[in-house]
Amino acid sequence: MTETRVVQPPGVPDPHLTGPAQTPVGRQPRGPRHRASKPRSLLVDAWHDLRRSPVFIASAVVIAVLVAMAAFPGLFTSASPTYCDLTFSRQGPSASAWFGYDVQGCDVYARTIYGARASILVGVLSTLGIVLIGALIGMFAGFYGGWVDAVLSRFLEIFYGIPFLLGGILVLSSFPSGAGTPQWVTIGKVSLALAVLGWTALARIMRSTVLQVRHAEYVQAARGLGASGARLLRRHVLPNAMASVIVYATIILGVLIATEATLSYLGIGLQPPVVSWGVDISHATTYIRQSPHMLLFPATFLSVTVLAFIMLGDAVRDALDPKLR
Amino acid sequence: MGRYVARRLLQMIPVVIGTTFLIFALVWALPGDPFAGKCGDRPCPPDYVAAMTNKFSLDEPLPLQYLAYLGRLVQGDFGATFSGQSVADALVRVFPTTVKLALLAIAIEVIIGIAAGVVAALRRGSFTDTLVLVSTLVVISIPIFVIGYALQFLLGINLGLFPVTVSPAARLYELVMPAFVLASTSLAYVARLMRANLAENLRADYVRTATAKGLSQRRVVGVHTVRAALIPVVTFIGADLGALLGGSIVVEGIFNIDGVGGLIFDSVRRYEGAMVTGAVTVLVLIFLLVNLLVDLLYAVLDPRIRYD
Repeated sequence: MTETRVVQPPGVPDPHLTGPAQTPVGRQPRGPRHRASKPRSLLVDAWHDLRRSPVFIASAVVIAVLVAMAAFPGLFTSASPTYCDLTFSRQGPSASAWFGYDVQGCDVYARTIYGARASILVGVLSTLGIVLIGALIGMFAGFYGGWVDAVLSRFLEIFYGIPFLLGGILVLSSFPSGAGTPQWVTIGKVSLALAVLGWTALARIMRSTVLQVRHAEYVQAARGLGASGARLLRRHVLPNAMASVIVYATIILGVLIATEATLSYLGIGLQPPVVSWGVDISHATTYIRQSPHMLLFPATFLSVTVLAFIMLGDAVRDALDPKLR
Repeated sequence: MGRYVARRLLQMIPVVIGTTFLIFALVWALPGDPFAGKCGDRPCPPDYVAAMTNKFSLDEPLPLQYLAYLGRLVQGDFGATFSGQSVADALVRVFPTTVKLALLAIAIEVIIGIAAGVVAALRRGSFTDTLVLVSTLVVISIPIFVIGYALQFLLGINLGLFPVTVSPAARLYELVMPAFVLASTSLAYVARLMRANLAENLRADYVRTATAKGLSQRRVVGVHTVRAALIPVVTFIGADLGALLGGSIVVEGIFNIDGVGGLIFDSVRRYEGAMVTGAVTVLVLIFLLVNLLVDLLYAVLDPRIRYD
């Protein structure tokens, strides 16, 4: 990653600054930077590539539609996901209900649309948690080394060794949600459980990037000039780790949505008052032989969502990693 | 190398202690009464509850209970459940099945995943390559229990190719379909990882040297490149073993297999702390040892790697 500064030639006074303290030599330019004279940074370069990648555009469009669905489900359906009529129980797709009805006689199309919110929220929240925990721990372990690294690495191994699904079962059973728990609390709990168990891989990525950067000459130079640890981390380490963190985050987001569905299937993830794909799929598995449509539609939406995020991650990686070109 | 192994084994001690403590604390925090419903259709008599509380020292603070548990564990005593069942016996009963299932899944992962990855990498941009990339993505994006029910329905019930459920004996043939379901996601990752690494390694200088000195394509790819490209794949499989052993819970439920995942899941619901902690401890030990083995494998795959 190259960093360039537009250094004004000495002797040209900055029009924005007039005062006795003004020293023209080595001063940073103020005001808007000259875009044309600045070489493209890695992110700008990647963005340039991404805009022309069909995979990126396709997955971004799908994700945009899904996010719209999560934010404003009313735009996509006028039916209510919680209005159910038992006389329609398990009826197949028809003109009045495109995706048919589930066991309780609820409209599967409405439930699928409304289910986007919980599933995507869990994915986004747990990914945010993973990035926060993982990046912080990985950065400290790599940057400070020595005993800090030794302690944090053992701490990491403890969480790394606990199987993801089993850990989720234990955490969520220790703090269970029932029918009376508010939806937001349930969603928050599941996200937190996923984040607490899933941060290890990101911490490892972060740690190894920091280890690579730490001994680079420009970091040594910055340190020699008296830059503080916080500044080194912010200015030199973080930008270097950005690419791998972004790629990992987009891919894991999809995987986490699928994991939420599995936890809900086991009956300890999201719980029935919450409308989510995982909850609906798990209820539908009982009737897979008689009414496969109940499983097919929410499962397809879930898979398309996961697929879109993973493909987005792939496209971003291709754009950020010149080695793969 | 001996020193490296010794150091790694020593590093495992705090990890095992930390893991068991974490699990122990979580089980301890499980809300609910472990003696609810244990005495038929009436609440348990206070004498019984008091006796059991005393026997399992449930009224002592968590750290003391944990230390006592750890002390017994070091002597090889896994303890017993509240109903008097020996934890060690239960583990001996379920572990062989789960390990068999996990090994079968890894075999499927290695054979199909690596083959698909190699073929895709050698013919980049071809139809086969696209097929591998697209099909692996599709498999990754479907939750494992959906794959499980779909395969059980199609292959087991409709076509009758495989047994629908697994008998208590858990014969190898019965485990093929569950193992395939269990392996599906990782299989896709292995194929993609292998493809990416092999493609990158094929452009390395040593490959050009090997080709230049007249080695056949088969030898260049088969002996030199695949071996080097296997390192990240082996790392992934080692890390994945934990997910396969512990994550088999879903597959066990679908195919009616009596394994570790189901045992832990049931024990969590019955507040059997000793059972949960014992089973997870064994899982974590297996996981740590296999990952040490994986790290030692690196030197076999890449002669440049040395252990201080």
